[in-house]
Formats: sequence, structure tokens, C-alpha cells
Amino acid sequence: MTQQNKSQTEPMPGNHLPHPTAVSVTDLDLYYGETQALKEINLIIPEKQVTAFIGPSGCGKSTLLRCFNRLNDLIDGCRIEGEILLNGKDIHADSVEVPELRREVGIVFQKPNPFPKSIYENVAYGLRIQGMNKRRQLDETVEWALKGAALWEEVKDRLNDSAFGLSGGQQQRLVIARAIAVQPKCILLDEPCSALDPISTLKVEELIAELKEQYTIIMVTHNMQQAARVSDYTAFMYMGELIEFGATDQIFTKPRLKKTEDYITGRYG
Amino acid sequence: MSDLHLGQHISRRFNEELEEVRSKVLHMGGIVEGQLANALRVLVNDESALAKDVVSADSIVNSLEVDIDEECTRIVALRQPAATDLRLVMAVTKTINDLERMGDEAKRIARMSRKDMDGALEDDTRSDLEYLGELVREMLRQVLDAFARTDVDTAILVVKADRKVDKKYKKVVKQLVKQMGKDPQVIPQVMNIIWAVRSLERLADRCQNIAEHIIYMVLGMDVRHIDLDDVLAEIEAMSDEE
Repeated sequence: MTQQNKSQTEPMPGNHLPHPTAVSVTDLDLYYGETQALKEINLIIPEKQVTAFIGPSGCGKSTLLRCFNRLNDLIDGCRIEGEILLNGKDIHADSVEVPELRREVGIVFQKPNPFPKSIYENVAYGLRIQGMNKRRQLDETVEWALKGAALWEEVKDRLNDSAFGLSGGQQQRLVIARAIAVQPKCILLDEPCSALDPISTLKVEELIAELKEQYTIIMVTHNMQQAARVSDYTAFMYMGELIEFGATDQIFTKPRLKKTEDYITGRYG
Repeated sequence: MSDLHLGQHISRRFNEELEEVRSKVLHMGGIVEGQLANALRVLVNDESALAKDVVSADSIVNSLEVDIDEECTRIVALRQPAATDLRLVMAVTKTINDLERMGDEAKRIARMSRKDMDGALEDDTRSDLEYLGELVREMLRQVLDAFARTDVDTAILVVKADRKVDKKYKKVVKQLVKQMGKDPQVIPQVMNIIWAVRSLERLADRCQNIAEHIIYMVLGMDVRHIDLDDVLAEIEAMSDEE
């Protein structure tokens, strides 16, 4: 059965979910020059849920994640076909301003990347760009964002210290605070815990569970147990294709397809 | 329907651990099979000397249960199994619990039967008991076979066979009650036989439980407390989907 036929006969992955749609991907192909990195991706990502992308290195999961805030636009020779709707709006439409899209869809990378500024300024940075200048309003929002990222108690007495003085786990939560300060709709996490120790990882995972009450979270992880612990839905990708998408419980106890089974149980494909 | 692909892990040690657990379950099952065969000989052929063997085998069964359970806990803690591996480990922990209880039931049969029957067992009842015993032995043999081969079809046969055992059990109990009515003097001996038959019926129920664990292990489908016809329809729907 070709992919084309498949999409005609089978429901779109995620289409049957009991949640409103946050992101909808239709027939998405992505090429880096001649190389096709994503093939015919069809997927619906539910709102205010955690969706995890898993798959071996090079399967396209980070590439797909970076499509959602058009980070791939920055790569030379990258060509995208197909449609991505964020809350019903086409993110590739001419009317879309990319900085505004990236405010709506924040991203956190594998390695914490705070700015070489104070803790306070890291969070206030995006707010200032948006035109927020009043000190009181800034103070309130910075506090709110740091509380939202479960970091406030640890840094409230040293807001003016350099962000580089924080531990890796704290830096990662600071970066998450920076992302939520500008009130995005969706947060992309690209292996957010792979550079963190187990305790910091647990704190970030705990934070993810709290954040999903307000935001749609899409994460890429190499740690399958993390996907199992944290996500509500899991998408398994392999060689640029979306192989299986389903409730995390189902994927980890009873995957539908043998490829998924082999991957999550650590067997040869 | 035995598509489990065990033994292809990238981690060879994990393969070995799972394989070891599986073979220990089969070893445990083999001992319970021996216990049941001996208990039936005590019940039907009055070979009361064998009761001792049934009782002594029980301690081996008990320690295997603890041993396999510990191994499963270790696998869950260290390997964090998922999908078929997880279902295998879960099925094993449940199966060994059933096997251990089966050992207890076999012991009960042997204990009840070795008491002085004083000719209380009528010939008709004896041959019915023999037949019932054979049915249960066959169920146990089949269910262990199904476990070894991860074979759903054989597991279904076991579930079906339990219906037959239930029917036969009711018939035998009826006969025994009638016998007590006719001759109240044999009531104490016949009551012992009834307890033994009851244990036999429970053994069959345990075989059915294990068959259900096997279906769960292979297909990921929980068929406990579901009518057999519905189970079969669901399995058919699943294989159509594939």
C-alpha cells in the first residue's frame, strides 16, 4: 500500500482524539537539497496535551518539530511542501510574520541557552521586544513566568545574578520561563533533558506536566522512558516517515505495528 | 498466532534474562504437572504413598515462585520493559501465582484422598473422576505448551476445555451427593472426595487463567471476565485488521 493510498483509507493520525486540535499537519514533505527528510507526514496534535516524538537518530523528529515555528527556514536548501495549520491558520501563509509565529510557538533546545545577562533580563528580554517597558508590569510577568517554570523559589533572591551561575537544570527551567513569559500557545522541547542529571530531569518533567494545563507541548526525546512518563500521545518516526501515532499508554503496552514494537523494545528492525 | 519475536534484543543479556524466566516458568509448570499426576493416582488408584511426593514437591514450587518473582522485579527495575517484553513479564508474574496455587490444590487432593476411603468410592464415580482428572491434566499440558510456544490457538482450546470440566464437575458432585443421601455412613469419606473434586475443578480454572495471561501476552488483549464467544469474535476482528 503506498502512502498515498494509506492516507485515503485510514483516518489521519490524531484525528479521532477527544481534544481540540492545536497543530494539524497535512501531506508534509521536507527536503534538504536533494535529500527528503520528511515524507508525507499527516498528523493532528491535540491542544494542551503533551505529544512526544520518538525514533532513531536521523528519523526526522527534530526536523518535524522545527517545522512548527519555521526554524527550518534558516537552513539553506531546505524546501517544504504541504500544510501546517496552527490553530487553524496556515503558518506558511504570506500574511504570517515569522517572529510573531515564534512568539506563539516557543522552543527549548537540548542544551540550555540562556543569554549572557542576568536571570531577570533573560526572562524580560522577549517582553521588552514586545514593547513592555513598565517596570512593575515587567516585574510581575517575570515573577509569573519564573513561578510557572518552577524556578522562582530558587532564584527570587538573586534575580540580578548572571544566568550562567545557575545549574544546568535551573538554566533549562530559565529558558522555559523565557519561553512562557511571552505567553505562547505551544512549546516545542527538543530533547530538553538530555544534558541534565536525573534529578533536574525529574524537575523538568514535573514542570512539563504542569505546563500542559496551559500550553500545547510537543517534545522530541531519545529517552523512551521519558516519553512514556511525560507524554499523553506518542508519535514514532522512522526514516522520515510517521510510522505510528497513538495514546502513549497504547504505544508502550500494545503498539499496533511491528516496527514500533521493535524500536521500543530494543530489537533489531 | 505466535508472533512474539522474543530473543532478538540488541542487549543479549536482556534476551537471556527473559529466556531464563520463561524456562523457569516451564520448569515450575512441569513440577506442578507431576504433582497433579501423582495426586490423581492417590485419588483414583488409592496409591496413598505418592501423597508424600506431592507434598514435598510443593516446597520446590513455592521457592520457584519467589525466585521467578524476584527475577521479574529485577527486570522491571533494571530494563524497564515495554510492549511485548512488559506483557511477558506481567504474564509471568500472574502465571507463577496461578501455578503456585495449583500446587496447593494438588496437595489438597492428595491429602483428602489418602484418608481411609473404606470403599466409599463407587466404580462409576471412580471412572468419572479418572476422566475428569485426565481432562484437567490435558488442560495443564496444553497451557504449558501454549506458554512455551506463545500459541494463542492452543490457549483458546484451554479456555474452551474449562467449560467441559465445569460440566463434568457438576455431574460428579451430583453423584456424590446422591451417594451420601443413600448411605449416610459414608458422608465423611465422600465429603473428602467432594473437596478433592472441588480442587480439581479449581485447577482447571487456574489453567484457564494462565491461558488468558498467554492471550494477553501475545495479543495485548485482556480477556478476563469476558465471554468466550466475545473473545473469539474480538480475536478474529484483530486478525482481520492485520
